[in-house]
Formats: sequence, structure tokens, C-alpha cells
Amino acid sequence: MATVAYGPNLTRTHAEITSDVVATLSAPSKGYLAALFGAVGLFLIGLITFIILLKDGLGHAGYNPPIMWSVYITNFVFWVGIGHAGTLISAILYLFRSPWRTAVYRATEAMTVFAVMTAGLFPIIHIGRQWVFYWLLPYPNARYIWPNFKSPLMWDVFAVGTYLTVSTCFLVFGLIPDVAAVRDRATGWRRALYAQVAMGWTGSDNQWRHFSRAYLYLAALLTPLVLSVHSVVSWDFAMSLVPAWHGTIFAPYFVGGAIYSGLGMVMTLLIPLRKVLKVEHLINDYHFDNLAKLTLLTGCIMFYSYSMEYFVAWYSGNTFEQTTFFRRAFGPYWWAGWTMIICNALMSQLLWFKKIRTNLTSLFVISIFINIGMWFERFVIIVSSLSNEFIPWAWDGLNPTWADWGILLGSFGWFFMYFLLFARTFPIVAIQEIKEMIPMPRLRSGGGHH
Amino acid sequence: MGLPLPRRREVPGVLASFEHIDAACDAIRALRKEGRRNLTVYTSHPSHEVEAAVGHTWSPIRLFTLIGGLTGCTAGFAMTLWMSRDWPLVVGGKSVNTVVPYVAIAFELTVLIAGLLTFFGMALLTFPRAVRKVGFDPRFTDDRIGIFVPAQAGETDRLGAFFRDAGAVEVRNA
Repeated sequence: MATVAYGPNLTRTHAEITSDVVATLSAPSKGYLAALFGAVGLFLIGLITFIILLKDGLGHAGYNPPIMWSVYITNFVFWVGIGHAGTLISAILYLFRSPWRTAVYRATEAMTVFAVMTAGLFPIIHIGRQWVFYWLLPYPNARYIWPNFKSPLMWDVFAVGTYLTVSTCFLVFGLIPDVAAVRDRATGWRRALYAQVAMGWTGSDNQWRHFSRAYLYLAALLTPLVLSVHSVVSWDFAMSLVPAWHGTIFAPYFVGGAIYSGLGMVMTLLIPLRKVLKVEHLINDYHFDNLAKLTLLTGCIMFYSYSMEYFVAWYSGNTFEQTTFFRRAFGPYWWAGWTMIICNALMSQLLWFKKIRTNLTSLFVISIFINIGMWFERFVIIVSSLSNEFIPWAWDGLNPTWADWGILLGSFGWFFMYFLLFARTFPIVAIQEIKEMIPMPRLRSGGGHH
Repeated sequence: MGLPLPRRREVPGVLASFEHIDAACDAIRALRKEGRRNLTVYTSHPSHEVEAAVGHTWSPIRLFTLIGGLTGCTAGFAMTLWMSRDWPLVVGGKSVNTVVPYVAIAFELTVLIAGLLTFFGMALLTFPRAVRKVGFDPRFTDDRIGIFVPAQAGETDRLGAFFRDAGAVEVRNA
């Protein structure tokens, strides 16, 4: 039975599914409003910090040679990574016809778009002179010299730009039939808004015919895209000669880590959100168990990648490589290095136990550790590696300032603010895909087309 | 000034609403057997059973994706190779034109243009029909299956009786 494939506890009719999801869009609860105000507050901290940086320059941030990529690039890689789990669940698992993704994919896809939007801010903040950001685009400068397309930074502009555009298309595209379903039950300004977003959708056979194919092709395009985006981000590092960066393992290592960090964020978002929006019966233990299994798989990839990094550093016989990794574990940034290993490689191993996978409190705690661990992974790769590259007299540390932390907090506020607004304005659970899994009533007994 | 959208053309006909998918599919097949090809069938989610009954062939949306992909790939290589030659500048001892690094740009543009054209293709293929005002009921996006048949005044009674016999829970002239 389709209800079993969706989850063991779902016995709802099509009309009840619509009602359940429409109910999430009714008057907000106190918990929701508190979360939204908190997010807006954090965003304002970031905004004020940014305005000061814009006025005075990057001198306020803790840039210190040789660490000229510091907290802002750490944030960039962290947020791009967060998006990856969303695309894995919405596009890759769609191609695999994985039934459990249905309930959670809309939330994760929205998370992807907002995470990549957040990430996109950081290269612009990092360049310092934001008003000339268009120099990144392929147009000739004052001397008619074009951008250098052999630089991985240019590949990044194209990769992240494409990822944001196609992910947004995918999110909006999947939303159209659900928004139409909500439109036909809504009143007032919401009905007018949904009528515009639904773009005349009626659910006719002709619309579904094109929609199903287009959705499949978008999913097929996003699958290699998501693997390419974090590979390209990893090449920002791997194409250089900095010890601990110049490794062929970087692309799969970064993609695995990105999905791992994104799964952590999915759980951080969904565990409280299902309660606030009262959709516990739609997003239940079955889905979190599967999310936790994926987290375990990617956590094992992290375990393997960290082990391989240390092994290759030792096996290479390269003094610079060996020193960098020795100092990663026992140098001035030992605390960051061990935070990354404990939170990512070790904490995820707890998910071997089903009792932990189906206990939402423990999953929530683990997901917070994953978020912290993955931010520190980016911090360690960037700051710890740059702090001791090559000549020892040039070694130095980083002293993050209020400007670094202000922008970091602001990025969380910016991300949560958009996510929370989305969750209350649009269907956060995919109505039509859940309906697809519930058999329609029949006059005669017996199977359907399949 | 408003957008120059075409005026919605009203199409008269009969609109039937079904609760049961097998009854709806039987009705669709019977109507098609009569030679009616201009049916509009509404469902709240995609259904292979309905698709098979309506007898759709392949969707041309794939051509949009293919053309977009090929255009993006060609544009990616053409842009990078041409821009490198337009002002030849040796950077880092690498030759001016090297195809391998440009694969990244060509790949991203392949996906970008293919994705955008798929999206716009969908709008293009469904828009002309959306401006045709045919019978619709809000319950079709909820839990009912709808069938709209364009019909002249003389045949509406016969079609109404046909739908009621087929198991429709509601029939009206639209």
C-alpha cells in the first residue's frame, strides 16, 4: 500500500492532506513569532555590521597576513554546503524514486535556495569594494582584458550563480500545483497572491503531462550540478599550492561534507518546525530515521576523508604537508581541529543506534553539533592551513573581531528569516506528491494502472 | 498600462466531477472512442492511469531542455575560447587556450540554459491553453477528478446523462 511506503502512520484522504497543509498557513503561533523576531534581530546585527564595513572598510575584520581568507570565506563555504542536502533530497532522491523524501523535500529545497542566497553574500562582503562586484562578470575591463577563465574563482561565479538560478526554478516549479491547491481554498489577499504565483494552474491533463517531464529533466540537471558546485568550491582550494589544500581528495571530500552539513541543518530546521506548524503526522519518525541514516552515511564519508587526509600527509613524505597536519592537531588551532573531528567524524557514529535515530531530542542535539562541527571544518581548512603555509617567519594567527562575528550572526538571521517567512506563506509540505502516494478511491476493487 | 494578454475565450461545454478514478478513466475512454479528442481532464496530482486513458504522446518539453543544453555548452566553450584569444595573456605559464579548465564554465552554462529553457518551455506549452476559458471547479485541485467536454447546446443533455451513468457525482453545463 502506498500509505506504508510513505510512512507507517499516515491514513489521510486527499482532502485531509490539503486541509492539513492549508492549516499551516493560518494565524502564526507565539513560538513562530518569537523565532521570527529572533531571526530579524540577528539579521539587523549583520546589517549594521555590514553598513559599518561599507563605510570604514575591511580594516574592522580580523584579516591578518597570511590569513587573507578568513571568517567570511569560511561562512561562504559553510552556507554553500548547507544547500547541498536540499538538492540531494529534492532532486537526486526523486530520480531514485525514494518515497520518504516527499514529506521533507519542499522544506529542504527552500533551505537550499536561502542557503545559497546567504552564501552569495560572502564573496561580495569579502571583496571589500562591493560596488565593483560586477568585475566578476565576463565583461572586458577598462583595458579590454577579459576575466581569467583558468581561475577556479571564475568557475565559482558560474557554479554558484547557476546553482542559485536552477534551484530557484526547481523550487518555484514544484510549488505551482501546491499553490494552486491552496489558492482554491484561500480567501482575501492570500487568494490574490496565490492566484499570481500559481500562474493559472488548474491541474489539467495537458499541464501535468508537461510538468512531470519538465520536473524530471530539472531533477536530472540538478543532480550533476549539485556534485559540481561543491567540487568547484573545493577547487578554489585544491588548485592552489597551499599545504593541506592541494589534494585530489578535495572534491568528493567537500561534496560529502556539504551533504552532511546540510542534513544537520535540515534536522535543526524541521524538528522544531513540524511542531510549530503542527505537521507531526506528516513529518514523522519514519522520515527522521531516514534522514539520520543518510547523515550516518555522509558522517562515515567524513570519517574516511579525515583519516585519508592525515594518512596522505604522512605517506607523502612532504614536510610542509606533514607540519600542517601536525599543527592542525597539536598547534595553536588544536581546539578547532578536534572540534571538527569530534562533531563530524565521531558524533555521527551515534546514529548507528536506532533508538538515537528515532529520538528527536537526541537527533536535534546531534544536528546542532553537526552545524558547529561543519563550520569549524571550513574554519580549520582555511584559517589553520593558511596560518602556517611555507616559511615559518611568515606564520601568524587570526584574531576574529566583532565585525567577523556580527556578519556570521547576521547570516544566520538572514537565512532563518527567509526560511520562516517562506514556511508561513507557502506550503512547506508538498501536497501533490503526498497525494500521489495515497491511492484514489475506486468503484471497483482491484489495482490501478500500476 | 496592462500587459497585452490575449482575452480569455470562453468555450461552452459540459463539466463532470468524479470521486472514483476508475469511473473517470472509463468515461474518458468511452468519450475518446466516440472520437472526442478535445477533452480536458483535471486531477489534483499526476496520474499515470489518467494519462494512459487520455492517450498522450511524448511531451515536447524535452526539446527545450536539449536545445538549451546544447546552446549552453556551445556558448560556454565559445565564450571562454574567444575571450582568451581576444586579448592573449599568459597567466601562470599556462597556454592561452586550454580546453580543460573551460569545461567547468561550459558545464555550468549547459545546466543553466537547459534549466531556464525547460522552465520557459513549460510556460510556453501550457500558456496558450490556460488563456482558453474552459469549465473548472476548485475541488479539482483538492480531491475530485474533473472532465470537461466542449459541446454545443444541442448535445449537453446527452453528455450530462452519459456522465451521470458513468458515475459522476456532479454534472453541469459550463
